Amino acid sequence: MAQTRFTKEHEWTRLDGDVATCGISDYAQKALGDIVYVELPPVGKKVKQGEQVAVVESSKAASEVYAPIDGEIVAVNDNLAGSPGTVNEAAMGDGWFFKIKPANAEQADQLMNEANYQSYLKGLNP
Amino acid sequence: MRYLPLTKTDRDTMLQTIGAASVDELFLDVPASACLKGPIADLPFHKPEYEVESLVGAMAAKNVAAGSCPSFLGAGAYRHHVPASVDHILLRGEFLTSYTPYQPEVSQGTLQYLFEFQTQVAMLTGMEVANASMYDGPTACAEAVMMANRVTQRKRAVLSGNLHPHYRETVETMARTTGFTLNEAPPSPGALENLSSQIDDQTSCVVVQNPDFFGRLHDYTMLANACQAKGALLIVAVTEVMSLGLIKPPGEMGADIVVAEGQGIGNGLNFGGPYLGLFTCKEKYIRQMPGRVCGQTVDAEGRRGFVLTLSTREQHIRREKATSNICTNSGLCALAFTIHLSLLGEAGLTGLAELNHAKACQLAEQLAAIPGCRVLNDSFFNEFTVELPKPAAGIVDALAKQPILAGVPVSRLYPDNKAMANLLLVTATELTTDEDMDALVKALREACR
Amino acid sequence: MSEQGDTKAAAIAAMEASKGIMLEEPLIFEQGAEGRTGIDFPAGFDASKTKPRLGATRRKGKIGLPGLSEPQVVRHFTRLSQKNFGIDSVFYPLGSCTMKHNPRLNEKMARLPGFGDLHPLQPISTVQGALELIDQLAHWLKTLTGMPAVAMVPGAGAHGEFCGMAAIKGALAARGEHRTKVVVPESAHGTNPATAAALGFTVETIPATAEGRVNLDVLKSKLGPDVAAIMLTNPNTCGLFERDIVMIAEAVHKAGAYFYCDGANFNAIVGRVRPADLGIDVMHINLHKTFSTPHGGGGPGSGPVVMAESLAPFIPLPYVTHDGKNFQLIEHAADAKGKQPFGRMKGFHGQMGMFVRALTYILSHGADGLWQVASDAVLNANYVLASLKDVMSAPFEGPCMHEALFDDRFLKDTGLSTLDMAKALIDKGFHPMTMYFPLVVHGAFLIEPTETESKETLDAFIKAMRDLAQKAKQGETEMFRQSPRFTPRRRLDETRAARQPVLKWTGHNAQAAPQTAPTRHKAENALAQNTKSEDDDAAWAAPVLKTAS
Repeated sequence: MAQTRFTKEHEWTRLDGDVATCGISDYAQKALGDIVYVELPPVGKKVKQGEQVAVVESSKAASEVYAPIDGEIVAVNDNLAGSPGTVNEAAMGDGWFFKIKPANAEQADQLMNEANYQSYLKGLNP
Repeated sequence: MRYLPLTKTDRDTMLQTIGAASVDELFLDVPASACLKGPIADLPFHKPEYEVESLVGAMAAKNVAAGSCPSFLGAGAYRHHVPASVDHILLRGEFLTSYTPYQPEVSQGTLQYLFEFQTQVAMLTGMEVANASMYDGPTACAEAVMMANRVTQRKRAVLSGNLHPHYRETVETMARTTGFTLNEAPPSPGALENLSSQIDDQTSCVVVQNPDFFGRLHDYTMLANACQAKGALLIVAVTEVMSLGLIKPPGEMGADIVVAEGQGIGNGLNFGGPYLGLFTCKEKYIRQMPGRVCGQTVDAEGRRGFVLTLSTREQHIRREKATSNICTNSGLCALAFTIHLSLLGEAGLTGLAELNHAKACQLAEQLAAIPGCRVLNDSFFNEFTVELPKPAAGIVDALAKQPILAGVPVSRLYPDNKAMANLLLVTATELTTDEDMDALVKALREACR
Repeated sequence: MSEQGDTKAAAIAAMEASKGIMLEEPLIFEQGAEGRTGIDFPAGFDASKTKPRLGATRRKGKIGLPGLSEPQVVRHFTRLSQKNFGIDSVFYPLGSCTMKHNPRLNEKMARLPGFGDLHPLQPISTVQGALELIDQLAHWLKTLTGMPAVAMVPGAGAHGEFCGMAAIKGALAARGEHRTKVVVPESAHGTNPATAAALGFTVETIPATAEGRVNLDVLKSKLGPDVAAIMLTNPNTCGLFERDIVMIAEAVHKAGAYFYCDGANFNAIVGRVRPADLGIDVMHINLHKTFSTPHGGGGPGSGPVVMAESLAPFIPLPYVTHDGKNFQLIEHAADAKGKQPFGRMKGFHGQMGMFVRALTYILSHGADGLWQVASDAVLNANYVLASLKDVMSAPFEGPCMHEALFDDRFLKDTGLSTLDMAKALIDKGFHPMTMYFPLVVHGAFLIEPTETESKETLDAFIKAMRDLAQKAKQGETEMFRQSPRFTPRRRLDETRAARQPVLKWTGHNAQAAPQTAPTRHKAENALAQNTKSEDDDAAWAAPVLKTAS
């Protein structure tokens, strides 16, 4: 399994075989507060890096979620419909949003790794 | 000035606290060129309550109140009896003078009646969920079309020709200004439309009305199936909400969105506003539903309570990505509706709807017996279309002098349609008496001669 | 029937929970009984005597409505009313909402049969007084704003915004121009960008200056041949007058764009300043704010739009004219001589009931009274600002206009938020101020006292706020976190409401027992709280996922 990569918009992606699982970071879920709803893209949708593909809502805020890499949506996490709180409990695990079949396996390497992301977060909250 | 509590001493003391010599100093950021030197001179100055009452009362006296003479108008606004207790409760300051219930701990009264209102509206229409109301029926209809566009990701709506012209025109305005297309059928009084043939895989929705603008009743189940087959939504508009006491609800026909004008329950005519837009849909579409919504939850002690919810769809959070730019609902009109419907209950509403229908049947029979007059409808609730031997507008104007408010000439809403110039929409409600009917029949008999 | 039995037991249990005047009240659906009703029919009426003409559309199943008698209904809604704050009972310092006294004469006039019992499609000859009233209100609105035209039909403020922007779109089309952008300051009401987007414009946001006003240089840099309009609130949502407004108007006009003003804050200047003199082209007026029609727990409102000559032809239908002898109602484009209406926005002719109330209020005050309205509204707000700025933190220099803005710097290191202060204020018998709006300051408190509050009320409010600020600084956090305590309900679990929406009574939600203990109340209750999460001390910009570089 490849290492987890992060975007500046707080999405994460992790390549496993030829499919990349994507979600929002633990920092993002904490910042949003209790997640009440996640709007997911249709399976089969072709997406470009940086394109809005999902929306995540807490009871008083809504934020767009962008595709971390180019590719095709091959699965979405249907469990989130019934229990959106999973995102708060396990943002980096069971609270994943969607899986992308990458158009370009190397593209994710341009994103931040865990250590870089952590120092990026420190920069946001000096 | 009776609404202003500050005295001269108050003002002086307050200016001292602020550290300003005069109120004018507080306006120092206003460009001097735009600051008026004193009250606008060519407008009248303040008046005691009794003088205002007499001025406004004089304007009211120049009108012919619908209740002061035989009255048979409908076409989207219906004169029903509003029980005295409705207005009494409406005038309670805790309802009248409260704000939108964003602070739920001090707004449980408003929130609970909104929850009751949403339940009543869902029950009446046979739909799964309702919002806390919109401006009126036509704006709710336009919002419904835009919601269907979002749900289906399509941009072409089919409109029945027998949709109330104000509903159609409001949708047209939104289509022109926000950019979607319409496929509009021509009006067809007395005949059935074939809308199914208009639906294709680019159609976002089909909008129909029940009873339709000309009063005819429909079962739209087949149309709902045709919509579903093409992935389009069926929107049913109801302009006389009282009809739902007697008529199969649109939800049972398979409607995806039902909008209605709720004025007919609890609300007076008010010369056309404020009215009450009812908005309901299937539960699976609630994230795309416009308007405020009240939901049940619990408080910190575990007791049932209510809050405004799903607000992330709304403009104050989503700004340019909101489902609608609207933020107001028709709170007090919704309260009037809820109180009246609570008074009616199952037996009261069905009985009242039966009474309306009985009165209309009686009137239709009498009008059909006038030589030269023809009732076009094979079915109706409390409103139907009569074909007169000459233009309806002239007859209505002539009868208004008696005064009898004979109905709504279709030409008032379709001035350019010569084929419909002789058509008159006539309504009877529980308030229509035998004497009213006799007066209309007598006057029409003479006018049609 | 056991289900009905359960419902009744629940209703009785709910009422048993009442304590003195703190009354519990079940839902109306939990109180019904079959065969009971609150209305009567004429003796001898028998529906079965009519041969129905319903076709095959008669309802088969039950609706499900409960049956109650009139005394039950009156008591139910009276008990509900007692769970509400209203202006009649408490001070409502809600910024940007103008919660002023609602005179009862307005209500009496709106209920005259000559207005309240008028069908909108009666022959024009029978409604001359109604059209006269609309015309007279229009005259006042035009004169007070210095504008030559007004569209009376919009149903509320946001509807008015739509009307004004649609007129701009119409005027641009008539000029043969296709402009796609609308410039909106970040302090704007959410309806402004929502309206612009609904009309197909792209929204360009501009930041505020350190003084809480529009940055003229940034604005100028955004203006160009693709900009249709600027949407600006003045006085702005920080309660400040836009000092550069005349230069803003000049720059906007020079670029060929229109100046839309959100008139939500007109109460600050009504009768003292005419928006036309500031270079504004179009502005909506919330009759439920400036002209005292009741807020009614969220509507109905009314939002007439005044317009400059350049936009006057592009109004919505219908509108009132006078032909020298009689008033006329122009309902169709073909009759709209000299105008190019953009169409109909709603049913019938506008919010007549609100017109009657607003004109009644205006006639009561007159030009001299309205001058005093603006003066006292501004004086009251400045008095609050001056009396609280030493214990709270004001982000901008005064004087303010009709509302005073504070931020949450004074709560630094107390562990308390704006929300906590507001909820504690409830326990002191005041409605909270507007919170977390405008978004341009952190943890905003926006306080609008209006002119109808006495100095005594303001002094009591100031005392309460000073006491809370002091308690916050002394670390009495538990009292804040527990507040409000003296309300029919404590803080409500909004997360639960949004996760599993229960939007109607079904017979199965009678019991209120929580499935899980409601412990988390992070993102509660704020009017527009996409700025900060209560438990999160990180000062991140909102919303977090949008902070892309």
